[in-house]
Amino acid sequence: MSSTPFAVVLGLEDGSSLAELEPPTLVEALTRRVRSAERAGFTAVTFDDAPLADAGRYASIDAVQRAAFVAPSTQGIGLIPRTHPAYTEPFHVATQLASLDWASRGRAGWWPVAASDPREAGAAGQDPLTDAELARERDDAIEVSRRLWDSWEDDAVITDVTTGRYLDADRLHYVDFVGARYTVKGPLITPRPPQGQPLVIGDAGAPGIDVALVDALHADRAADPEVGAPLVWALLRATVSPAGDAEALVQRLVELSRVVDGVHLVLEDTDLDAGIDLVGRAVLPAFDRVSGGIRRAVPRPGRTLRDTLGLERPLSRYAQKEIA
Amino acid sequence: MTAEQRPSPARRRIQFGVFFQGVNFHTIWSRPDSGSQHDFDSFVTVAQTAERGLFSAFFLGEGLRLREHLGRIHDLDVAGRPDAQTQLAALAAVTERIGLVATQNTTYNDPYDLARRLASLDLLSDGRAGWNVVTTDNAWTGENFRRGGWLDHADRYHRAAEFVRAAQRLWDGGAAPAAADGDIAIEDRLLRLRAPAPLPPSRQGRPVIFQAGDSDAGREFAASSADVIFSAHGGLDDAVAFAADVRRRLPAYGRSRDELAFFPGQHFILADTAAQAQEKAEWVGQAQVSPQTAIRFLEPIWGTDLSGYDPDGPLPDIDPVIDEADGQRGASFQGRRAVETARSWRDSAAAEGLSIRQFVIRQSARRAIVGSFADVADLLVRYVDSGAVDGFNVSPYLVPGGLDDIVDGLIPLLQERGIYPTAYPGTTLRENLGLPALTDAADAAA
Repeated sequence: MSSTPFAVVLGLEDGSSLAELEPPTLVEALTRRVRSAERAGFTAVTFDDAPLADAGRYASIDAVQRAAFVAPSTQGIGLIPRTHPAYTEPFHVATQLASLDWASRGRAGWWPVAASDPREAGAAGQDPLTDAELARERDDAIEVSRRLWDSWEDDAVITDVTTGRYLDADRLHYVDFVGARYTVKGPLITPRPPQGQPLVIGDAGAPGIDVALVDALHADRAADPEVGAPLVWALLRATVSPAGDAEALVQRLVELSRVVDGVHLVLEDTDLDAGIDLVGRAVLPAFDRVSGGIRRAVPRPGRTLRDTLGLERPLSRYAQKEIA
Repeated sequence: MTAEQRPSPARRRIQFGVFFQGVNFHTIWSRPDSGSQHDFDSFVTVAQTAERGLFSAFFLGEGLRLREHLGRIHDLDVAGRPDAQTQLAALAAVTERIGLVATQNTTYNDPYDLARRLASLDLLSDGRAGWNVVTTDNAWTGENFRRGGWLDHADRYHRAAEFVRAAQRLWDGGAAPAAADGDIAIEDRLLRLRAPAPLPPSRQGRPVIFQAGDSDAGREFAASSADVIFSAHGGLDDAVAFAADVRRRLPAYGRSRDELAFFPGQHFILADTAAQAQEKAEWVGQAQVSPQTAIRFLEPIWGTDLSGYDPDGPLPDIDPVIDEADGQRGASFQGRRAVETARSWRDSAAAEGLSIRQFVIRQSARRAIVGSFADVADLLVRYVDSGAVDGFNVSPYLVPGGLDDIVDGLIPLLQERGIYPTAYPGTTLRENLGLPALTDAADAAA
């Protein structure tokens, strides 16, 4: 793992609680947390999404929009919204993520999940899907999105005054996707985003992911070829403040850095802002001192999320076809 | 002008919205000062320039399928647009007062998902979100969506009306967090859902609803449900007739005239003198309508390849080829209508001695207001006095610099004439549009 920088990703699960704040406070809290995470040195943040309100609560403010809102006030940190693609329009979702990548200048990621709350089906006027169908919906959403992101080659906009052409139509492609429950023609409405494809993270074993998420307790699964992804991050929950286990967390990060490429850390601190600050002040600097030369994936202004993680920018599959 | 058309004193002003089009030949891409159509910075520049000019709203369209031309991706015009709400959420962070309006259709969206996302934008922008409600029915567009071309033409406004009603119930229900048994349940033949209200109201209550349909059903829908109506009726007489027609329909829905604002689309070509503005209109027309674009403009009507025709020669002397299977052209361009349109264009061009390109330039320029800053400012006073126009939705012909003439040249003169504010009247889109507060409107309707 030494060649791959170690990612420390903050999992934000405040989508519903933010909605309970008055709007000026709401956007201040949202922006403050992501900016502190960037200052603290987190590689990226994920944004949770609860499409439906639980009793006595609100639903999340849309995760893609929370990510888009903080994009202009951050410079290097990755922005990874979680979405439930089973009952939404895949064409819209692919467009939203490509747009997030444009608005963040290449810092978008995506965490599609096979949601299992049957109320989501009711909200979409549909009958609930089985777990297997939900997983297939997630897999189809990943595949069709990747094709749609590739459907404009990088140099499709030619602005050729002589022939009067803005586009080279030969560099735009129908994706003709056929999934379990729908088809999509393409191409996308949005030009190929800065990263080529936003980073896709998801459950180990899901096809087409860049990062496989595994439970920290079973992080040895990283050695299992079935994770099926270039990178593996361990899912970890911890509390660091006030008295907290900052030192224990440092040790845990060091152990994990030997077997996986990163951690996705959810802070269960009552005061989330204090927790984020403490990780930045105490945990990450201590990790750097004791990690034995393992380099962290630190966000830098102007770098894409793929750059920060040491991943190549993918060529469009349609461009590759022509070269071959 | 009748007394009931005259604006209330608080509304005796003109407003502007800006539409970042990202599609159609109206946006010039061939000049050195033509900026990127997809870099985020272009959007920021347009939105911030509009905000400097105290514009009420910034609009984005919704792309559902890339345009095609005779079975191929249309390659002559600017293309490639962001998702409207994602982009507007990002722009909310770099603007403070301007409204952020997303065009979203009711055919290929689901009401719960869309209502939650629009409510999210409304909260993130602190009460500046708007929804331009559009309908679509063609199967060609549906090929990118789960249901394909599922909705009959005749049903699209039924679905739209039910959709808007569902969204409003979901928004209104958010005043308190969800109760365990408080699901909103809707069973209609074209729309069903069951869900708790997702999010609390924003400072403006709910997103402002814009609507643009011009058919009888579209006008009825606007009268029943819209806060703002877009139109293509930008000429003064036309605008007056349109506003009178739509306002006649309001009482049937228990609504007063103050509850609906009129925002026709309009293009402005402005300079210090009338002669300079005319000169500018010339080069704008030439740059918008390349020789290739001139031919392509005719081809959807003629339904066939016209590349053998000389753009500097007369219009084709053949009748259109009718292909009922061409879904993209939509019902309006098919059949007899295409034949009639082609004949009338040919006659009109021949009578005035216009070439194909000259004719297309004239067709596309018809709706522009061209003139000196002072003359146009005087003209807009007449618009304000007509009571038929609350604002213009402007599509700049250049991105990102195309608003500078309006903001720096025209608006100071409008302010001198007392028909343009010198500061934003409020903080929310609803306030800045001069619409009554929602609770009052709801009470009045109840």
